[in-house]
Amino acid sequence: MGLRKVNAVVVGAGAGGGIVGKELAQAGLSVVLLERGKWYSAFDCRKDDLRNQRNSTLGNAFGPDDERDPRVVVDPSGRERIVRGSEGGYQNNAACVGGGTFSYGAMAWRYMEQDFRMRSVYGAVAGSTLEDWPISYDDLEPYYEKAEWEIGVSGDDTGNPFQSPRRKPLPMPPLAPTREHLILKPAALRLGLHPFDIPMLRNSVPYGGREPCMRCRWCVGFACEVDAKCGTHNTVIPKALATRNCELRTGAMAKEILTDERGRVTGVAYFDRDDRLQEQPADLVIVSGGAIESARLLLNSKSRLHPNGLGNRYDLVGRNLQGHTYAGANGLFEEAVYDDLGPGASIAICDYNHGNPGLVGGGLLANEFIRLPYQFVGQAPNHVPRWGKAHKDFMRHAYRRSIAIRGPAQEMPVFDSRVQADPAVKDYWDIPVARLSGGRHPHSIEVGNFLAAKAEAWLKEAGATYTWKSLPGPGLSAGQHQAGTCRMGKDPKISVVDPYCRVHGHDNLYVVDGSVHVTNGGFNPVLTIMAIAYYASAGLLRGWKGGGSS
Amino acid sequence: MPLRVFVTNRSKPPRRKFLGLVVTAAASAATVSCGGSRRPWRFLSSDEALTLSAVSERIIPTDQYAGAAGAGVVAYIDRQLNGPYRRFRKIYRQGLMAIDSASAARFSRRFAELTAEQADQLLKELEAGKLPPAIWDPAQAKSFFNLVVAHTMQGFYGDPRHGGNTDAVSWRMLGVPPLPLRGRWKYERPPWA
Repeated sequence: MGLRKVNAVVVGAGAGGGIVGKELAQAGLSVVLLERGKWYSAFDCRKDDLRNQRNSTLGNAFGPDDERDPRVVVDPSGRERIVRGSEGGYQNNAACVGGGTFSYGAMAWRYMEQDFRMRSVYGAVAGSTLEDWPISYDDLEPYYEKAEWEIGVSGDDTGNPFQSPRRKPLPMPPLAPTREHLILKPAALRLGLHPFDIPMLRNSVPYGGREPCMRCRWCVGFACEVDAKCGTHNTVIPKALATRNCELRTGAMAKEILTDERGRVTGVAYFDRDDRLQEQPADLVIVSGGAIESARLLLNSKSRLHPNGLGNRYDLVGRNLQGHTYAGANGLFEEAVYDDLGPGASIAICDYNHGNPGLVGGGLLANEFIRLPYQFVGQAPNHVPRWGKAHKDFMRHAYRRSIAIRGPAQEMPVFDSRVQADPAVKDYWDIPVARLSGGRHPHSIEVGNFLAAKAEAWLKEAGATYTWKSLPGPGLSAGQHQAGTCRMGKDPKISVVDPYCRVHGHDNLYVVDGSVHVTNGGFNPVLTIMAIAYYASAGLLRGWKGGGSS
Repeated sequence: MPLRVFVTNRSKPPRRKFLGLVVTAAASAATVSCGGSRRPWRFLSSDEALTLSAVSERIIPTDQYAGAAGAGVVAYIDRQLNGPYRRFRKIYRQGLMAIDSASAARFSRRFAELTAEQADQLLKELEAGKLPPAIWDPAQAKSFFNLVVAHTMQGFYGDPRHGGNTDAVSWRMLGVPPLPLRGRWKYERPPWA
């Protein structure tokens, strides 16, 4: 009511929305970027090991709010419970300007060529909706490059023979290797593996007008004290605002996408920071809230012509929710291996991403980010009691002598792992909350177990005197790697958006975030989300013919 | 204005180690609490604090380094029970009472007066859900014990700013350097640095 019509409203200022906002604003479109969270800065780095996005024991540092944003989680036995943002099962990703990119670990992976055509490479998998993407690695390659150079990536993947071809090297060199790296590298080579420096969205040298990493141990889950982590909050969003074509509104909680009497999208209704309901008219609406919140917003946008929500004619919105099946191993060494050099994660292999006998897909393996003391408490092997003197002795002995290797196994999408709008539970603004249900495909667990065994073998070769595995459970996974709920495809009967992320049946509604991933690779997904955001923006701008009258 | 509040919170009374660590921590907490209450804790009663301290001390016992009691785990838990853990108040009240009841039934003593062996035996029964149902629902007892283990670990290994891990004792034990004094930290110098 009364808000001036703009060319585009983007819901969510994370990895996807930040880039779309900037691309459209630079092309001259007027853009409103809505973000439900706050705009934090390096000054908000509290280095609080019990209150951050990795360990939310005492709450989330950067949202969502424990009281305002509940979700309903249905476990495999059908029991449902209301969970708060900092509790397990919530599948949280930060709610703030930059989204997950503000506090992430910042691994910057390109998916491999095979990751875009899993169905063709491996065939159908029973009980899974495994499909090919409608676009290929080659389609995205220029946009991966754009993300690497515009947002900023350090690392050196020239030692990775499995990666799909790139035209341009990474813009920044890797950080100096950690002690773990120096121990693991020769061991990997002895095993015939191909170790290399992990690409990271983190400054190793001054880049983009910001400082390099100072190598503190509070990295993944924390704001960066020196602003060395590269997210959308300190790269593209400031650029978008500098065009003066983009307005960022924080504390803005989207309620629904508005349509006219013919079912055409006309804007977004949202609650502003003072909880007043606003209607922002726009020529285009781009939904970039992450796989769970984007699906929720589409499902909550009901009208006479769209009784089940927008884009949901075939009951597909919210389905195929997936993340990664994390697995790996810990190894205990005779000497101290801890060197207090952040971020910790430094060396990786892609030998097990594809071509594993009898398995569909696989995943990378990398040494883990630094385990802060309280995080390490739960990583003791099974034979160590959970409490008492033996546990304290284990902590004291093992903390500086252990290495952890983990990897994200590519998940087999499951049709019934899904996001719905809960029929009963509402959030602070009286909007139906996301209801999560389903679980992992058994094959995802098999692949995870395989990766754990390989991680263990690597640690043994590196000289670990004792090793123990970290194996995946059957529960739903989404979390910070959430994806798949509005999958991309050419056929409207089996996909929600077209290959340029436009919702089937709509000419001005887009979903641009991890939701559109058909499969999620055996890699951290953020660089792919960024590449798709550039790719979708380019497609959108090619078809842009100017705004309609207001 | 916020800066003023901040400085007030940071200033701590001098520590006096004359009545054991629990009492010391209790005394410093008393000066922080507002509203004129005479209780040393914000939520726990003195009896509850004594029991909780004894339980946590079995979870992380003292050796050449302080155990949970000496590291202020009770201060951590009491503070969180007034904050994000407000939702656990009821189970703490019931659970600590049940532990003392079980101890009285079995050994005719309060939990805090048991020997280490007796205390461990009772806690293992609690953990296994084998507490006599007449005292407390065994399933609830089990989940309460899990909660206390988790909270004790947090208070001992977590950041000292939350009330536990006094003088960063666990970090010194693990050989982890304390928070670096960089940038803004020079304005928020941690008390042990």
